[in-house]
Amino acid sequence: MSKGDGIYPDDLKYTREHEWLAVHGSVGTIGLTHYAQSELGDIVYVEMPVVGSPVVAGEDCGTVESVKAVSEIFAPASGEILEVNGTLTASPEIINKDPYGEGWLVKVKLADLKEAAGLMSAAEYRKYIEEESN
Amino acid sequence: MVAEPPKTTPLTETCRALGGRMIDFAGWLLPVQFSSVLEEHQAVRTAAGLFDVSHMGEIEVRGPGALALVQRLTCNDAGQIPSGRAQYSVLTNDTGGVVDDVIVYRRGAAELLLVVNASNTAKDLAWIRDHADREVEVTDVSARWALLALQGPRASEILADLAATPPAALRPFAFAETTVAGVPGVVARTGYTGEDGFEIFCRPEAAADLFGRLIETGRSRGLRPCGLGSRDTLRLEAAMRLYGNDMDETTTLIEAGLESIVRFEKGEFIGRDALLRQRAAGPARRLVGFEMIDAGIARHGYRVMIDSVAAGTVTSGSPGPTVKKNIGLVYLPAVHAQTGSAIAVEIRGREARASVVPTPFYKRAR
Repeated sequence: MSKGDGIYPDDLKYTREHEWLAVHGSVGTIGLTHYAQSELGDIVYVEMPVVGSPVVAGEDCGTVESVKAVSEIFAPASGEILEVNGTLTASPEIINKDPYGEGWLVKVKLADLKEAAGLMSAAEYRKYIEEESN
Repeated sequence: MVAEPPKTTPLTETCRALGGRMIDFAGWLLPVQFSSVLEEHQAVRTAAGLFDVSHMGEIEVRGPGALALVQRLTCNDAGQIPSGRAQYSVLTNDTGGVVDDVIVYRRGAAELLLVVNASNTAKDLAWIRDHADREVEVTDVSARWALLALQGPRASEILADLAATPPAALRPFAFAETTVAGVPGVVARTGYTGEDGFEIFCRPEAAADLFGRLIETGRSRGLRPCGLGSRDTLRLEAAMRLYGNDMDETTTLIEAGLESIVRFEKGEFIGRDALLRQRAAGPARRLVGFEMIDAGIARHGYRVMIDSVAAGTVTSGSPGPTVKKNIGLVYLPAVHAQTGSAIAVEIRGREARASVVPTPFYKRAR
């Protein structure tokens, strides 16, 4: 199996740092892609921003750690944190099991809806990780 | 400097075929994990795991002066090892620091084998040769041996199905020449996981077959192929020091907490005077174990604070999957190196509380 064979839903947008963004109205949900969780391995710790804090597209807004690695979470879009997935504090392994569902990280009130348009589509992201892993 | 492509072991392809995620580790292409570090760690604690550790170096010391040379270069008493047994020891320098930590296998008074850290093989070989006289022949035989580590509470029964010599007959640190699955080799009851287990030396060309036979035989008993990731969490829970992280040429054996393998009474060895002086005066710092109180994982290189003043650097740190705590090792000023000392680990600019605890973090039930 090649590294691009993971599941990348078509209704999401993707970053070069392997986050996904789902946009519903003015609310964006952010998570890690299948590729990111698979490369990290068993996720054992998550540090997330507090509700109400601002995030800036491309800047780090939290940290995920696997047994062996520490990885920053980069915000795919700017805005203000509306909600964090508190379940992950006790059960960070949910990110490995369900990266697009129960494993979501934060919800953001998007400052600029046009920002999401600059992110990769599923097809572009799949191509990007194929190239990155070669 | 142009990076050399990593070296492969006789088991690199076998590991890749089994789904190993291969990384460059100290110049060797080795699996960091197969399916999951946590699952592999758990397999070794509760059933068994099989590791490729063929990157380890082997240095043979032969000749009438072999034992005397090893006695002069190491801190433990190789004179007390009966033939057919091995011993954990350290190649010391003049200041009582660690050139390398090694396992000395005594095949006879005139033939010893040192198993050394992969990244130190060339350095150790030069060091040993520099101190050898004509009575001794020192040879790097690393390329002649593949090395498999079969570790865990069910290792013995898995090996019993395949080995010509019953593994139960081997006491800890004993070894025997035998055949395993028809492959001639040496089986030693040693390891680096804190569990019962065996290390099996065989010819490189037979290693893939042997690895496959062990996996096949052990599968129904929970044996899994394991990578460097779980090897590191397993050894850290057992508080086994990792050369280059937890000790090196600048840390003495006393500071590193390895005084129990220093045999001053055996007579002269390199670094003995320095170690005696330090023992009398008391070391300024000691390597201790700690566990996190606050959330957060301490990692190698993170700063350790006491009363908001830098007091040391984490040498090893990770989650401890069996002890279910985030653990680590650090050199602290001797006055703070006591169980219960309150410390803090600087994690991304914030101080997370931790506490000095006794080691090992994990000790298997016997």
